[in-house]
Amino acid sequence: MNPFVYSRANDAAGAVTAIAAKPHTKFLGGGTNLIDLMKMGVETPAQLVDITRLPLAQVEELPGGKGVRIGALARNSDVAEHAIIRQRYPLLSQALLAGASPQLRNMATVGGNLMQRTRCYYFYDPAFPQCNKRNPGSGCGALKGYNRIHAILGQSDQCIATNPSDMNVALTALEAIVRVQGPKGEREIPIADFHRLPGSTPNVDTNLKEDELITAVDLPANSFATRSHYLKVRDRASYAFAIVSVAAAIEIDAGKKITAVRIALGGVAHKPWRAQKAEQQLVGKTADEKTFRAAAEAELAAAKGYAHNSFKIELAKRSIVRALTTVAGMTS
Amino acid sequence: MNEEASEPRHPDELAGMDPTGGLDEILIFGSPETRRYFLKQVAGTSAAIGLGPALMGIGSVEAAESTATPGVASAVVTKFQLKINGKEHILEVDPRTTLLDALREHLLLTGSKKGCDHGQCGACTVLVNGRRINSCLSLAIVHQGDEITTIEGLAKGDELHPVQAAFLEHDGFQCGYCTPGQICSAVACIAEDHTKNDAEIREWMSGNLCRCGAYPNIVAAVKEAQSKTPAKSA
Repeated sequence: MNPFVYSRANDAAGAVTAIAAKPHTKFLGGGTNLIDLMKMGVETPAQLVDITRLPLAQVEELPGGKGVRIGALARNSDVAEHAIIRQRYPLLSQALLAGASPQLRNMATVGGNLMQRTRCYYFYDPAFPQCNKRNPGSGCGALKGYNRIHAILGQSDQCIATNPSDMNVALTALEAIVRVQGPKGEREIPIADFHRLPGSTPNVDTNLKEDELITAVDLPANSFATRSHYLKVRDRASYAFAIVSVAAAIEIDAGKKITAVRIALGGVAHKPWRAQKAEQQLVGKTADEKTFRAAAEAELAAAKGYAHNSFKIELAKRSIVRALTTVAGMTS
Repeated sequence: MNEEASEPRHPDELAGMDPTGGLDEILIFGSPETRRYFLKQVAGTSAAIGLGPALMGIGSVEAAESTATPGVASAVVTKFQLKINGKEHILEVDPRTTLLDALREHLLLTGSKKGCDHGQCGACTVLVNGRRINSCLSLAIVHQGDEITTIEGLAKGDELHPVQAAFLEHDGFQCGYCTPGQICSAVACIAEDHTKNDAEIREWMSGNLCRCGAYPNIVAAVKEAQSKTPAKSA
């Protein structure tokens, strides 16, 4: 691990001042990803600002029934177990509990989970010379390497890494708003605009600026609580990253017509993938397997596989069908 | 390198040699001593025999000193306090030191194990404010003011913690390397009430890998310990 300056912030303004004051500063939350990447030599911050004591760990109702605000430092385990989240946003609770291990969930924060970096082998291990994300311009080791866990949607010839988070997939389906604070004040970033596709700058994961602190995530009120599901397909039953995951939520009227639907995919792209094509196909149609399959086909029509991950295209389609079948079969 | 040391020695000459170079005569009074005890003795007397600063800075205090250390550069040793198993310890370490390394290398609490050192195996699991975490992915310096419990802090004197006793009873291990992490994790798993059935125990113990594959016995041990733990009042 490289040497760094350690300091502790007492409030959000202090944290923002500290990160703006010194180049190559990182905020330290739960540390589950950052400390690991520092051990690997992938992250080499000059300063760590410990933000774990900031008063940003609450889960609270927004006034006027507008939804719920989750503090950026709320631990993944606390959010997953919180009564309001379990009751109104069970999709988020399920996604969080599908991720990592109890120990890691006790450490990992909501803000840190948003900032989680890819688990692409070529990014994570500096022994590999090629990685445009770690070392811009060096090439992509995964394109012609071992790419079983890599992207099938939205990738570029510069990078085929995936976002590894489960939480981010649920937040995408729930149309969360990320609240951030910078030197010029606060701003809101819709989750769809928070993470980026790789394009020609895969070294930039998100649209968060380097001097901004995530303070909270807002979940708008919705009526999906009784019909939502997080399906995670992985190589072992627990404690593994998703090969493909689906966050699905649906509303169906008395005549079995779909009135509203949200679908987001994990493990398939550089960002949590909102399945808008599938959603557009589904609204107004009858909720049955044939409809679900057609929507899945539409969403994956543009998918592209590589030497070891082409299986993900069919897997993603089947996972969409299974998740939608599950939520359609739920009794509201 | 001096020439004498590089000369190959005849096996007969080696037979009578002291492999410790006489260290044991200086440091170990009485026998038999375990290797670990020997190492702890060496570390404990490091100032005297000049083993270097890495092993120094061990100490316990009764009175608290200031623990706020904003703007500490690493490679510069910093001084702070950790409360482990109910006892305050002063550490003088590089800010890069993980909680696991602080426990093992600096405080000689070697019960917590280093398996993968990347948060993937759970061997380093300890309890911080009653919650289980991977001590390998957490910097020691962030835990000032926390209540840290390690495997060494579970028993009350000679009386084993119920989870420790259950692991013995059910043979919840083979080589034993993952066991301190498994036990700390199981203590939390029971406190969290994630032990309703075998499937739930397996899911909520999945952060602790056992390469010997003692899982069925670990599940049995957790079940038994849970049954002997008074139910939490709702």
